[in-house]
Amino acid sequence: MANPKSAYSVPTKKGKSDTHIIVVWVDNEAGVLARVVGLFSGRGYNIESLAVAEVDASKNISRITIVTTGTPEVIDQIKLQLKKLVPVHKVADFKREDKKVIFKEMALLKVVGNKKKIEKTLKACKSFNPVVLDKTKQSVVIQITALRREIDKMGKKLKNLGLTSTSRTGAIAMTRGAEIFK
Amino acid sequence: MSKLYSGAEIVFKCLEDQDVKFIFGYPGGAVLPIYDELKNHSSIKHILVRHEQGAGHAAEGYARSSGKPGVVLVTSGPGATNVVTALTDAYMDSVPLVCISGQVPTHLIGTDAFQECDTTGITRPCTKHNWLVKDVKDLSKVLHEAFKVATTGRPGPVLVDIPKDIQFALANYSKPKKEKKINEKVHNKFSQNEIDKLIDLISKSKRPVIYTGGGVINSGPKASEALREFVRLIGFPITSTLQGLGAFPGDDNQFIGMLGMHGTYEANNAMHDCDLLINIGARFDDRITGKIDEFSPNSKKVHIDIDPSSINKIIKVDLAIVGDVNEVLKSVIKKINKKQNGFKTSNKQKTSKWWEQIQKWRSKDSLGFVNSEQTIKPQHAVQRLYELTKNQDTFITTEVGQHQMWAAQHYKFNKPNRWMTSGGLGTMGYGLPAAVGVQIAHPDKLVVDIAGEASVLMTMQEMSTAVQYNLPIKIFVLNNQYMGMVRQWQELLHEKNYSESYSEALPDFVKLAEAYGCKGIKVQKPSELDDKIKEMLNHKGPVIFDCQVDPNENCFPMIPSGKPHNQMILGPNDKKENKITGKGKALV
Repeated sequence: MANPKSAYSVPTKKGKSDTHIIVVWVDNEAGVLARVVGLFSGRGYNIESLAVAEVDASKNISRITIVTTGTPEVIDQIKLQLKKLVPVHKVADFKREDKKVIFKEMALLKVVGNKKKIEKTLKACKSFNPVVLDKTKQSVVIQITALRREIDKMGKKLKNLGLTSTSRTGAIAMTRGAEIFK
Repeated sequence: MSKLYSGAEIVFKCLEDQDVKFIFGYPGGAVLPIYDELKNHSSIKHILVRHEQGAGHAAEGYARSSGKPGVVLVTSGPGATNVVTALTDAYMDSVPLVCISGQVPTHLIGTDAFQECDTTGITRPCTKHNWLVKDVKDLSKVLHEAFKVATTGRPGPVLVDIPKDIQFALANYSKPKKEKKINEKVHNKFSQNEIDKLIDLISKSKRPVIYTGGGVINSGPKASEALREFVRLIGFPITSTLQGLGAFPGDDNQFIGMLGMHGTYEANNAMHDCDLLINIGARFDDRITGKIDEFSPNSKKVHIDIDPSSINKIIKVDLAIVGDVNEVLKSVIKKINKKQNGFKTSNKQKTSKWWEQIQKWRSKDSLGFVNSEQTIKPQHAVQRLYELTKNQDTFITTEVGQHQMWAAQHYKFNKPNRWMTSGGLGTMGYGLPAAVGVQIAHPDKLVVDIAGEASVLMTMQEMSTAVQYNLPIKIFVLNNQYMGMVRQWQELLHEKNYSESYSEALPDFVKLAEAYGCKGIKVQKPSELDDKIKEMLNHKGPVIFDCQVDPNENCFPMIPSGKPHNQMILGPNDKKENKITGKGKALV
């Protein structure tokens, strides 16, 4: 643009975006999730999924896991901005491709159909630690844990077998081996 | 068992222990218990404003001129929402504020009660942190922590929301814990290694420039002293952001003026052509950098800042030093002084060519303007104000717009904490209430709000506050009848379509002053200007000074946004020259 007619500059080149999993340890107090999520929305960062729960009742610590995409600069900013929040204790950041880290999502799948279809369903889920939580003559509720894209695939696959309802958590993460993140 | 206090009493005990002398506030239903308690605490004086936004800006003026946190007290609902602009302003400019707001009783929260709003929700993005106190037992701890959060690290506003029933409820009081830090955010992380690297860069540089910001002011008067020592030691040119003015003397030869959108030709060209850029306590704001891709393309960049998230946010730097400006500079000076004496002389030789180049840029006189005998030029008015006030310790506040830039360009500051202006948020209406706060902090000093007529009308009601407390603030209005900066952009970028930027039906400022019970002075002719300014300065009470200036004057130099530093539009003097060479067209 030769003459943007604006008091502001025009956007300049952007780097390549990557998917990162950000883990945040926070004090479990009123409004803390709103602070974290508000930081993301207010600064225009993306949230693909979010998982949060208290992990240490005695110390009152919750662990928030956020899947986000951004350029390396944006990911750096996300970490630094999160660390400035008063109830935040520490922030970890993992690339999705990181082999040292385990990522898992859980999904509940309800399939309605005849016996044959239900059997096919159970077979299809085999490699994702399926647990049958409920079963009737014409339906089944299965819990699976897998990666996001695997669950995406399962969803498509089971559509023909009578998948009627899906409920999913956000991703959670943990490092492999004896190491812990300080 | 120790004595039980009501929540309202605990509020004041905390304020006393935090050494608070003034509260800026406005009463209302949900803070009445706190207002009721006010009479029992004579060491704390309450300043009654006319609008909660005014309380916030007054507290900002108080904080910025005194280095102490400003305290604001407002009621629930509209009281809290009215203060949001000031909190956001303080957040953007890193001003320590502690805002205490009343809230409806806890059992009514969430019921859409009278004057209820989600105060902590609304203020979450514009405070460093906020608290809703649901148990009176937490109150003293929360208030002490509020002061700590507001004043440590990069300062900023905090808010404590106290429901009315908590103000009545009883609890023990606990004193602030000394140095016991909960969830401490570390501020001085820098290492000697980083200091060594900086000194190495300094010793190798041939075309250096130092770029300082509000962080130097926030680091305290000692940081300004350290900065002066550092800059004189290494002999480098220094430029400053709007917020950093006063940290280094404005009339010193090493100071090359403010940089950025309305900065000097020499400062912006030095930024563009330098080989070493040392940023001390500034944040690469978009009004400073212009076009990011072409910002200072050939320099090594160093960034000294207390806030790690400021580093690499906009401009990638080669060396980052996270720490308090004063601490970092003291380390650097110590290290330089340890080195052999040859360092200083070799440094001067290396940069001598660079200084010659800067002198060439300087000779452009980019702040120059064509003065007039018929109409008062706003730049001239600021210059005269400066000449007539420079011999006393003067505090300047401003509103936002052309007048603000002219004040920054033509008023020279020699000390920190003398310049209070809304930079980050750009809040019109900031200057008058800020002047109230400054005058409260410095009752015997001269406080001038260099204002525009459009801005000052936004918070004009605070004149009533100034009159009530007999605060002799001087409101120096550069009246051009336009929202001048809007008009300037419309002239330059919107084909002179002056859409809604002209103020018809402006009040008679002299009569307005008289209506408030203070003095009004109007001046139209350049020949009368000095006498009228003297009349204003000699008057003991508050004054509104209506300085009728040329309505068509533009603020130059100017970097149009999205342009790099070396593509400035210069003033009318320069255009004439450039037309002959044809260079002028490229500049515009």
